[in-house]
Amino acid sequence: MSKKGLLALSGILCLALVLTGLPFMAGCTPGGEKVYKVCITQIATHPDLDSNRQGIIDAMAEEGFVEGENVEFVIQNPEGDMSVAASIADYFVSLKPDLIQAITTPSAQTVVAAAEGTDIPIIFSSVTDPVTAGLVPSWQQAAPNVTGVSDWFEMAPQMEFVKEVLPDVQVLGTAYNAGEVNAAVQAEELNNIAPQYGLTIVEATAASTADVYAAGMSLVGRCDAVWIPTCNTVGGVGIESMIKVGEENSLPIFGSAVGMIETGLVGGCSVDYYWIGKQAGYIAARILRGESIANIPPIKSAVSTVVYPAAAQRMGVTIPQAVIDAADIVIE
Amino acid sequence: MLDVAGGVLAFSFYEGLVFGLVAIGVYLTFRVLSFPDLSVDGTFPLGAAVAAVLIVSGVNPFLATLCAFCSGLGAGLLTGLLNTRLRLPALLAGIIMMVALYSVNLRIMGGANVSLLREVTAFDKVAGLLGLSSGSIEVSISLALVIAIIVFLILNWFLRTEVGLALRATGDNEQMVRALGSDTNKNILLGCAISNGLVALAGAVVAQGQGFADVGMGIGMIVMGLASVIIGEALVRPRGVARLLLAVVVGAFVYRLFITIALRLGMAPGDLKLITAVLVIIVLAVPHIRKKIRREWVPPAARW
Repeated sequence: MSKKGLLALSGILCLALVLTGLPFMAGCTPGGEKVYKVCITQIATHPDLDSNRQGIIDAMAEEGFVEGENVEFVIQNPEGDMSVAASIADYFVSLKPDLIQAITTPSAQTVVAAAEGTDIPIIFSSVTDPVTAGLVPSWQQAAPNVTGVSDWFEMAPQMEFVKEVLPDVQVLGTAYNAGEVNAAVQAEELNNIAPQYGLTIVEATAASTADVYAAGMSLVGRCDAVWIPTCNTVGGVGIESMIKVGEENSLPIFGSAVGMIETGLVGGCSVDYYWIGKQAGYIAARILRGESIANIPPIKSAVSTVVYPAAAQRMGVTIPQAVIDAADIVIE
Repeated sequence: MLDVAGGVLAFSFYEGLVFGLVAIGVYLTFRVLSFPDLSVDGTFPLGAAVAAVLIVSGVNPFLATLCAFCSGLGAGLLTGLLNTRLRLPALLAGIIMMVALYSVNLRIMGGANVSLLREVTAFDKVAGLLGLSSGSIEVSISLALVIAIIVFLILNWFLRTEVGLALRATGDNEQMVRALGSDTNKNILLGCAISNGLVALAGAVVAQGQGFADVGMGIGMIVMGLASVIIGEALVRPRGVARLLLAVVVGAFVYRLFITIALRLGMAPGDLKLITAVLVIIVLAVPHIRKKIRREWVPPAARW
């Protein structure tokens, strides 16, 4: 190693020593009431995940764990880079926090792996299948220090809703990113349940937001209506493309989250990510008060029916008045 | 505070060793062969997927890791074949493999994500051997160090053999190597295979360390590998094979250290990519600017 290189390397190491110590010195609070340290991470920026995080903070405040008073939040987001997610997980564990909130499957998995051998309680949220993800042993049982809230919902109400709005539907299309566990699990479930409602399913997949329009167009003429799972690619950023397809071709499109429906879909049964976040926040409060995590089994998401009559008109559908009256949320 | 800094260094050291394998792979193609191979973003999750699926189905984790390495060899060989046999430009061959591997990885895993959280991984085996609790940083470093040393020894030997020398010469002057009677196509195939094998090996180790394989985990690998190579070259002026390999691993360590420090200073992780890009530009541009100031001859920019 050249002398200069050696010098530069040792300089970097010294800088590392100094810099990494700084935030900890700043974090010291002099005496008084116990300040709980709660770490929150989510895999990327996304409206639903952001609502989830806000729900956690709001519910904890409701329960008396207020940011800046008796709780210090450390919030980090690797913006989709999984090697950075692992660094964040390691950082969180090194902080020895009272609790870690991990939003989404990969975030929860990295945190659980990093916290192995410690007793830091971990609460996941917006994980569709925590059992397959290896986070909890079963839906009825929390792991010794892991539990949380799933965004998994029953498929039956979704199909019933579609049938109520459009009784004549026979072929239902769906579009999703096969690279997202959440979406793939829902699509599989959709295929399983469809025969009970006399429906045939046709699928289109989009690997990135740039493929969503093409995926949507491929469904035109092949199905009577489209239902979109909670998929970050098609239901998130790419939803505008699907709406364009639906409006241009009078193809009614249903959704599974308020966020995507209010952008301009007919309606659907929605998972409420803010609600999910709040449940995770309530669990956090119980644990900070001393309750054992092992006694709190994971929770599934509730759904509420959402209709958007004006958007439905643009896709050539008139929602029956009875359905509008019975809906939990009507978007004007 | 020393404790915290020690933790940061230890974790970056572990990451540097593992991602150093990716960096060595990138070095072999980009620098040694002058073959800009972008399939790395696909072979990293490929190794992770193969290892994860095998471990879940009960295969010994060390054997699974070896299989992951072999899957990378195969994928790299295909990239090389696309270039040498079907005459696809190197950049395009790599991009095509990267895209194709996305689908292949989904098929291998039967979904986007395979969990290893409750499985016995190579890390657990090593922990058992050393009598340490699994998940401790000592275990992670031990395993990564052993793998890195094995790779180092093998490559250090191989790149000095006649075949290895021909491989290195291929990147320098393909026509001369051919004139001397060595089959440059074979050298390119070999180089691509070894490079992607190492990347897949790293993917397998990372998946076991972080507790899951995910189809999205290759995002940004190529940039990280390049950044590591460039930082390493700047810090350790590499002369000779051994120092060259060392330089690349040091580069990976420093790069991961930067990221860890940036995170702990509360920098928005969304900005990390831009910082990486700026870092790479600075390190690449400095020698050029220095030459300009000294009014030395400046070679034209590579266009590949």
